[in-house]
Amino acid sequence: MATFEEILKQCHETRKYRPVVDAIPYAGLIGLDYQRFGHDVIFKLPDNPDNIGNPILPAVHGGVVGGFMEMSAAIHLLMMLDTPAMPKIVDFSLDYLRPVRGGRDTFAECQVIRQGSRVANVIINAWQTKREEAVATARAHFLLAP
Amino acid sequence: MSESNPYLGRAQRFVGALRQCQVLGMKVTEANAEGLTIELPYNESHVGNPTTGVIHGGVLTTLMDTASGTMVINALPEFELCPTLDLRVDYVRAAEPHKSIFAFAEAYRVSRNVVFTRCTVHQGDLDFPVANCVAAFMRIGAHMTPPDFKALVVGDDTFDESNKLKG
Repeated sequence: MATFEEILKQCHETRKYRPVVDAIPYAGLIGLDYQRFGHDVIFKLPDNPDNIGNPILPAVHGGVVGGFMEMSAAIHLLMMLDTPAMPKIVDFSLDYLRPVRGGRDTFAECQVIRQGSRVANVIINAWQTKREEAVATARAHFLLAP
Repeated sequence: MSESNPYLGRAQRFVGALRQCQVLGMKVTEANAEGLTIELPYNESHVGNPTTGVIHGGVLTTLMDTASGTMVINALPEFELCPTLDLRVDYVRAAEPHKSIFAFAEAYRVSRNVVFTRCTVHQGDLDFPVANCVAAFMRIGAHMTPPDFKALVVGDDTFDESNKLKG
């Protein structure tokens, strides 16, 4: 069986990252998906009853929203920077702006604000129905070198 | 066990009502007026880095959000559902694979509108943390909380009168 690094290397060559996402158990657990539009990427957290926190509203668990955004940022860095390994998260700051409703898909897009040789700063915006009505916004630092 | 400790009973019923927490496998192990601990056993499906077997930061985020949010409920005079305003997490070292992680949460300030929490994730030694988190929760008022959810969590327990001093 190919190691994760081998899978990653192959994906950097083909520019198709599906096998990388498939190899990450937590991405499968929450159901993370993505779609490329040329250079842009939009990540998707499909509606899934297992991701619910508050059962009355119902709302997606805030931690899952955070995990989705964090995972999106790591995969975004893999795709954009051709990193040889999974970037390691250093810190994460997450603001919840609106309820993240169950029964709806959630989307995220990332922007690399600053990339140094060892660390990258990424912002992540998440929305459900309208991109301009963000449900959450976050900022994270990642270590790029293993 | 929950009969003698209303904090633990309330925390267990609240976490038990959150589907994602059950999917991950969280258990409230300790709770009192000062703090609470939630245990999350290692599970292959939580892995974020297949090379190292280290669980994903998102699992820690969900654990810390849950522990902090549950602590908020135990810190208030009456049951109130308080949405998370924000979370700030430092991942200080990778969690060791194949071992449980524990989140210890406290509410260090309860104001009229906001509850402030801190939470540490560790693997048995609180002084050797995996992650630290501070968070703020908005008080929307007890009247905004659906009565059926309140009944589910509060059960037959009455809230400790001493909590009222903190409000």
